[in-house]
Amino acid sequence: MTPAIRPRLLSRLEVGGGLLVAVALLAVPLVAAPFQTITVCYGLVFAIAALGFNLLLGYTGLLSFGHSAYFGVGAYVTAELVKYLGWTSMEAYVVAGIVASALVAALFGIVCVRYTRIFFGILTLALSQVLWSLALKLFWVTGGSDGLRVPTPTLLFGTLAPTKDKMDFLAYHYYYYVLVLFAAAVAVMWLIVHSPFGKALQAIRDNETRAEFVGVQVRKYRWIAFVVSGAFTGLAGTLWVPLNGLTTPDILYWQFSGRIVFFVVLGGFRTFWGPIVGALAYNYLETYAVGFTVYWQLVLGLVLVLLVLTLPQGLAGAVEALSRRLRGAPAVA
Amino acid sequence: MTTVLLETRRLVKAFGANRAVDAVDFTVQAGELLALIGSNGAGKTTLVNLISGLLQADAGTIVFEGRDVTRQSIHERIEAGIARSFQLVNLFDQLTVADNVALTIFARQGKTPHLWTVAARDTVVADEAAQVLRQFGLASKAGMPAAGLSQGERKLLDVAVAYALKPKLLFLDEPTSGVSTREKAPIMDVVTSVVRQEHITAVVIEHDMDIVFRYSDRIVAMHQGAILAQGSPDEIRRNEQVTTTLIGSPPPA
Repeated sequence: MTPAIRPRLLSRLEVGGGLLVAVALLAVPLVAAPFQTITVCYGLVFAIAALGFNLLLGYTGLLSFGHSAYFGVGAYVTAELVKYLGWTSMEAYVVAGIVASALVAALFGIVCVRYTRIFFGILTLALSQVLWSLALKLFWVTGGSDGLRVPTPTLLFGTLAPTKDKMDFLAYHYYYYVLVLFAAAVAVMWLIVHSPFGKALQAIRDNETRAEFVGVQVRKYRWIAFVVSGAFTGLAGTLWVPLNGLTTPDILYWQFSGRIVFFVVLGGFRTFWGPIVGALAYNYLETYAVGFTVYWQLVLGLVLVLLVLTLPQGLAGAVEALSRRLRGAPAVA
Repeated sequence: MTTVLLETRRLVKAFGANRAVDAVDFTVQAGELLALIGSNGAGKTTLVNLISGLLQADAGTIVFEGRDVTRQSIHERIEAGIARSFQLVNLFDQLTVADNVALTIFARQGKTPHLWTVAARDTVVADEAAQVLRQFGLASKAGMPAAGLSQGERKLLDVAVAYALKPKLLFLDEPTSGVSTREKAPIMDVVTSVVRQEHITAVVIEHDMDIVFRYSDRIVAMHQGAILAQGSPDEIRRNEQVTTTLIGSPPPA
């Protein structure tokens, strides 16, 4: 009746681009060397974390500086299951990682969502550093600064055991395993941000007071977003451990939270796809900058500065703006 | 025969030594379009903030449909049927015009906790949002971000968002502030016709006395936190106390 208010759910660019990317991602292990495939695999894992983070930043307007906490919980829970229970099933890790990070986010969220802006950021940072110091000090549980080893797990309820060549297993079976979970995470997050709940979050981001006055319970919804966000990042942490083979307190440290912020700023927090693009791009940038120069952190810093100055909407935002201009559509503020 | 929809009894709100609302007995009759007038700082917006739940009263009670809502949350008051718009436009700027209204409808229908449905696919809500936008003459802007509207359109959308809650009592805080004189009457025409058509009781805060006299059924004049006078537009027009305090000129002969 009124087509104007029923926009297509996915733009042609999204469908076309999405298909291309899907084919490319499916083909990676078949055409690329194991090292390349594993690099992409890390990127996919970070993309899940970035998606979770951006539910808070891009959609709810809350900048968390403590998402290392949930990534770390996902990783450490997996490591503790190995250490204390000897579990080897990836499915068990995934469920435990999601549940544990959601619980920690639920607890931390109660405190954090009472505040916004800088206060929110500082609280998330402070709470994540509590976990970091616990991981460092409780060495008989966490292995201290040495961390905990996590052997390559069995996949698909124990039916797919790791092969002798760990690298090949990770670059083939485990890669596809991560790819499937990545696709599921993207689908779930897409649904969440396009749901009435997602609209309510965006309303909170745009205008908290008004949101309250149309009947959105602002604090409660922020808390739910916080928990969902933490669970996504926790899932990423769980998927990351087998790739790395080891979890150390580094991933609970604030620098890792900063890295998640970097993913999302690089890709663009105003778009759904931005965090994914950013995580994949950052991962490549870092991998190659490290190999190219010992001053790789300087390179990353310069990239960030240039990016903020020239492409404040991030990579995905810039592509979107460009495609809009090419189609002659009006720019959106 | 009139029934009282809302009543405040000895309502007090002080900011430091300033009693912004000072023991106010304010009554709204069901079905009326009431204008709340007064100079800046008279306490009009504070009164509305108290009734809508943005501020908590220091003393006194607020009774809506016979129930004491003084200590209720904003959420509970909305569910009871009290909605409001804002003096400074308060919209969801990055959402489309249609989504601004749709969000209100989702909230009213209790659908905002739904994480698993696609909002744009909810045709019941989309149709109602389209209907609301047509009523407010904003249908052609539905797909545009709210930030892209003109000031007059933003004022209308601000009212439309509150209206979409289908309230029993709607507070409109200066629906024509910040727009040119020429635009005021068209905005009030749209707003009052929707409100009367849907039998919504409305309280309008307004400074422009031409608008007030032209559109309201009854007027309450506030001054320094207290009610100075109330009555029909004709009574207020002839009320010397009101005209000298608020309008600054003696009543017309």
